[in-house]
Amino acid sequence: MYGNDVIDPNDPLNAAETPAYDEARQHEDRRDEVGGGFDALIAADQRIEPRDAMPDKYRQTLIRQIAQHAHSEIIGMQPEGNWITRAPSLRRKAILTAKVQDEAGHGLYLYSAAETLGIDRAELLDRLHNGTQKYSSIFNYPTLTWADCGAIGWLVDGAAIMNQVPLCRCSYGPYARAMVRICKEESFHQRQGFEILWVLSRGTEAQREMAQDAANRWWWPALMMFGPPDSGEAASQGHTAQSMAWGIKRFSNDDLRQKFVDMTVPQAQKLGLTLPDPDLRWNEERGHWDFGPIDWDEFWRVLRGDGPCNAERISQRRRAHEEGAWVREAANAYAAKHVRSQESAA
Amino acid sequence: MSEPTAVPAGAHDERSWPLWEVFVRGKRGLAHTHVGSLHAPDAEMALRNGRDVYTRRQEGVSIWVVRADDITASSPDEKDSFFDPAADKIYRHPSFYDVPEDVEYL
Amino acid sequence: MTAGSAPSPEAGSAAYVLAVADDAMVYAQRLGEWLTNAPQIEEDMALANVSLDLLGQARALYARVGELDGSGRGEDDYAMFRDERQWRNVHLVEQERGDFAREMARMLWFASYQHELYAAQLASSDPVVAGVAGKAAKEVRYHLDHARHWVLRLGDGTDESHRRMQAALEWAAPYVDELFDDHAAAVTAVEAGLVARLPSELREAAQGRVEAVVSEATLTMPDPPTWRSRGGRDGIHSRPMGYLLAELQHISRSHPGATW
Repeated sequence: MYGNDVIDPNDPLNAAETPAYDEARQHEDRRDEVGGGFDALIAADQRIEPRDAMPDKYRQTLIRQIAQHAHSEIIGMQPEGNWITRAPSLRRKAILTAKVQDEAGHGLYLYSAAETLGIDRAELLDRLHNGTQKYSSIFNYPTLTWADCGAIGWLVDGAAIMNQVPLCRCSYGPYARAMVRICKEESFHQRQGFEILWVLSRGTEAQREMAQDAANRWWWPALMMFGPPDSGEAASQGHTAQSMAWGIKRFSNDDLRQKFVDMTVPQAQKLGLTLPDPDLRWNEERGHWDFGPIDWDEFWRVLRGDGPCNAERISQRRRAHEEGAWVREAANAYAAKHVRSQESAA
Repeated sequence: MSEPTAVPAGAHDERSWPLWEVFVRGKRGLAHTHVGSLHAPDAEMALRNGRDVYTRRQEGVSIWVVRADDITASSPDEKDSFFDPAADKIYRHPSFYDVPEDVEYL
Repeated sequence: MTAGSAPSPEAGSAAYVLAVADDAMVYAQRLGEWLTNAPQIEEDMALANVSLDLLGQARALYARVGELDGSGRGEDDYAMFRDERQWRNVHLVEQERGDFAREMARMLWFASYQHELYAAQLASSDPVVAGVAGKAAKEVRYHLDHARHWVLRLGDGTDESHRRMQAALEWAAPYVDELFDDHAAAVTAVEAGLVARLPSELREAAQGRVEAVVSEATLTMPDPPTWRSRGGRDGIHSRPMGYLLAELQHISRSHPGATW
């Protein structure tokens, strides 16, 4: 009953709306049979909880990964945040405000998960501010037009969900539970992005151009979000192998990237947008979409700090933090006085 | 203990803000469930932050916040001695009892 | 409307509802600027909630204005396609974002005012105005509570925060009178039963709330200011308003007739 020019609201638009999400959020507690040892729990695909014994490297790997994830949410508020005051309709303004607010919430859920590993949020924020911890490089690209808010929701959030759904099954309990909540909320983010582009691509000529231009600029960076190639030979070395063995990572970067391409190309066709890759074609034999080579030089360059917005993102974050110092200090001083007066009254 | 004379280290920011665990009651009749944690300088701000962070989608009708330091938790090592003794007391569960099927409201 | 003729009751009501909506809309716009700029991440979320509440109030009220003035215009026609002289908000809400103390001073005053305003609209002769007031009254109680808690902490916090909070109260003082001016549309609205009280009649209770917080926060109410803002209800605005509108409206205006 649905023609090609209509979105079937029951069609999954992103990975959080597929059975993969429902499967990933299921967890069967078999601790009773398995016992409390770290290796036994990992081998049996059980959750590690904060008070369980765990190898220090496992703890450090998780702290790094969860923190970077949290930082990405917080820095990720900026590219769209700067469109809140300029959203073209009040409905869009409300949606965008709620979305950017959600990102702040996701950052907080994740900092909260990281803190169960024995590190303080203030320490993690320091590491973000002084550059010793990273955030997703995608946020070092600028949002030049309104259509970029659509492209971020559709492509960037779509890619993020693809990465995050497997993390709902991550071996570390608090991280997995945070991801279950985040994936559910992200699904709205991705849908609102798709809807922005849907409306633009059916609008005026200028709006269609705006949508196409945004897709052109965000497609490749979105594919880079899955990280450098790690299939085959590369997957057996470095972080990936260890993270997979620990149940922190479930799929290789390339597997997830392929799944994302396969899910997104038909959506681009529905939108009537051309993805900027002349090599993009359906491969009957593989049962997947083939796509062209990714410019990894650009990826590494932006990751190392030489992207269009690296300096701007961190300096805005630091400015907000520094300008807020006196407020946080005041709240401390008030709490101290308040507790003292309560104690002396008791 | 001497009187504090200077501002303690880290007092300039939220480093010294205590961690609060947040519990939300989803709807009337349900128990409060742990949803996560947050930092706040005091209980009143913790409650308000909890509302904004954890109930944006009408997830709750009531919130508790508890200082994380004030929670005493059983350790995984104590699991057997704490919880296993309850395993053989199936008579505590209503399904243990055979009753005629035609008796209502049991 | 020809010169000299009395406005129809509906048109008078529309002018009043428009003023209430414009206050909420412009303050929502200013609060939206805090997202990514707040002193802590939890506060980004809190200010976004307040902004969303106000935006919701404005949208519901604009829809009603379009019915009352007979134009059938929608929310975006009012928000995106009116020039500065056609906006009816007070100057307080259009002022540029200052430090966090200024925002809390502004929110304390504005929420105190809205608290009384919506209470006076609960039994409005207009069902939509009454309905919005019922929902908004709850929202505004939270805004008031939020502002109160921060003013207490800033006022009774450190020396610096006390100084900044006191300065913020002084900053807000010249914009307060305008909230309580009995402008022509409000007088008409009271006569039409749209709202139970004139703005001037809201002042005692609103100011009482502010004074209670200020005193508990170890702060003092500012001396009467040497000047006061006026003209917002007649479309006479201060310098920041034009820039605010430029930012709010430029995408819509660049694509007339487009939908988003």
